[in-house]
Amino acid sequence: MTTETIPYIGFEEYSEHIPQTIPAAVQQATSRFVGGRAARVSELPHWEQLRQIASDIRLHTIDNMDIYLNRFVEKVQAAGGIVHWAATAEDARQIVLQIAKEHNVKLAVKAKSMATEEIELNHALQAAGIEALETDLGEYIIQLAGTGPSHIIVPAVHLKKEEIAALFSEKLHMNAPSDPIELARIAREKLREKFLSAEMGVSGANFLVAETGTMVMVTNEGNGRMCTSMPDLHVAVVGIDKIIPDWESLTVFLKLLARSATGQKLSTYTQFITGPRREEGEFGPKEFHLVLLDNGRSKIMKDPIGRQVFKCIRCGACENVCPVYKNVGGFAYGYFISGPIGAIFAPQMLGTQVARELPYASTLCGACADVCPVKIPIPTILRHLRRRVAQGDEVAGPSMPVPIRAMAGMASMALGWNWIYRFGTGILPFFMSVFKRGEWIPSAPYPLNRWTKARPLPPFNASFRNWWRAHSRVARENTK
Amino acid sequence: MPKAQLFITCLADQFYTSTLQNMTHLLEKLGVELVFPPGQTCCGQPLFNNGFEDKTRAVALNFMQAFAKSDAPIVGPSGSCVSMVKHHYPELFPAGTPEYNLARDTAARTYEFTEYLVNVLKVLDVGAVFPHKVTYHASCHYLREMGLKTEAKTLLGAVKDLELIPLKEEDTCCGFGGAFTVTYPEVSRAMMENKVKHIMASGADTVVMCEPGCLMNVAGGLHKAGSNIRAMHIIDLLSAR
Ligand code: SF4
Repeated sequence: MTTETIPYIGFEEYSEHIPQTIPAAVQQATSRFVGGRAARVSELPHWEQLRQIASDIRLHTIDNMDIYLNRFVEKVQAAGGIVHWAATAEDARQIVLQIAKEHNVKLAVKAKSMATEEIELNHALQAAGIEALETDLGEYIIQLAGTGPSHIIVPAVHLKKEEIAALFSEKLHMNAPSDPIELARIAREKLREKFLSAEMGVSGANFLVAETGTMVMVTNEGNGRMCTSMPDLHVAVVGIDKIIPDWESLTVFLKLLARSATGQKLSTYTQFITGPRREEGEFGPKEFHLVLLDNGRSKIMKDPIGRQVFKCIRCGACENVCPVYKNVGGFAYGYFISGPIGAIFAPQMLGTQVARELPYASTLCGACADVCPVKIPIPTILRHLRRRVAQGDEVAGPSMPVPIRAMAGMASMALGWNWIYRFGTGILPFFMSVFKRGEWIPSAPYPLNRWTKARPLPPFNASFRNWWRAHSRVARENTK
Repeated sequence: MPKAQLFITCLADQFYTSTLQNMTHLLEKLGVELVFPPGQTCCGQPLFNNGFEDKTRAVALNFMQAFAKSDAPIVGPSGSCVSMVKHHYPELFPAGTPEYNLARDTAARTYEFTEYLVNVLKVLDVGAVFPHKVTYHASCHYLREMGLKTEAKTLLGAVKDLELIPLKEEDTCCGFGGAFTVTYPEVSRAMMENKVKHIMASGADTVVMCEPGCLMNVAGGLHKAGSNIRAMHIIDLLSAR
């Protein structure tokens, strides 16, 4: 995809028309995860040390990216895997399409993968006449609905079970009950036959262990295993940021991931894949391809503040605690990763022009950074990106509209030259008293009308300075 | 006799004169000798948080100069504004410059009001009496940037006849976020309404907090919802006799 085709992400516009059902569904699901996470975390007395170690490992790996990537690639090749480098999303799509064509693939089964969401692989496969079927239940649901994911680990979190039942009934031409277990059973049945006939399995990975060339998948439904072992051909698309040095590091991340994500100690399945099967009769695909995706990552890794997004292990904990995310849902962010991590990821990946609203979609409350298992300082990165939007920097010029920049310039003057401030403070109460009704200002002029849309404003009454003058005079006289 | 400089914050300056008067009385009653540097305006946080770091410097310099006439501690009624001075001023200037050194010095002696009471003056009981059911909203920057987890509750715990009632999602943001309220008014409203809903369900007749910004937001929200619950700054509650 070229930059011109990326549509502008209108967070504000979306936030004005949020479907009523979304916040309710999102809040219900996320509060369950928040509770589960808190319980697991309280069981580990060394949680804070684990977070610090994980953060250190990630930064060390980013600093030594080339060394670990090369080591990883060597090991994968030694194990019989085929490695491809994809500099862009388009490159990655072409590589996968080429592999699929060479193997005459008609049906591809997919495990849940954010990297293939990132490169929008399904569209590319379908355009080439290849059926791409999502097999994770949540992904299956959103594929039926024709949308992207609205949460990192629960792609269909925005839908209530009644809505999913209606969707199944419509798309699968049946009468689906709104019972989660029954819905899962229906999906499983539909998928089983597909697993048997698919010529290609597609997946992502949670970690790439450089030490042995092993890719690690953390899943709960078992479909990931089917995708990566039943078809004779397995293609994995993985961002280069997933690399970790060794198995010892992996133990740290595995302790953090499921606990942070779902409140499990460990996910149901943890899969280790090192190359294809080696002998006839062994478990696994005949051919294993790994597409290493850059897509702008190595450039972002040069920004000392921004690069910390690549510490992310995609647990979704920041989304679960984010009060903004919980009130707008994932689609507001217009990107396959949403919530606080989406707000710092999308502007760096897509550019601060199209995604300039996202860094501002936060009150900087810091709840995300508190739970992030790899200690990404999300508010700090939000401020950093706001700086890029407002002032521009080496990476990008300012994209903040000129009137707002002009207003900021005036504010800087009014607050920096205290005589202007004091003068303004003196006249504001008189000016604003026109709008006062009783104890409140129920509707104020622009830009404060945007405040009074939701609640009244207290009246301006800057009289402390005068009071203090009298007060300190009395105090001085009393001490004489 | 301890000395302190009053940092009144621009929000409290505009909207909460009586809170500032109460802050003055409380500190003076505890024997603190106060000065009020009239050259202060705003800490610059609204500019800083919106990406205008370049335009923040002039405001920070004005603040630092205003408070440099004395080396006494600087005490303010807002965790958020204090955090701006304490944590972000040193980020504004290159290390080694005189401005940076001034920022470090200013940061080191700036305190949030309850922090100053509990951790510097070691005063846990100010002798307040408040016979009400009170619930507490933990403001974001006060709690997370300043790390003030127990100070407010310690002070509330010592207030005579006060019954402290738990608040559901006590530490979830109320939706203020400064310019956020006008940048994304609908999202801010949804967050505020959520907070107001929990306050109204708590059974308290008063909600107390340590931030003028949250106070404006929550008090306005309660009023809009037709609730009689009173929203107060902790300083005003601690001044009740
Ligand atoms: S930013 Fe942190 S909390 Fe959010 S998904 Fe990534 S690792 Fe999890």
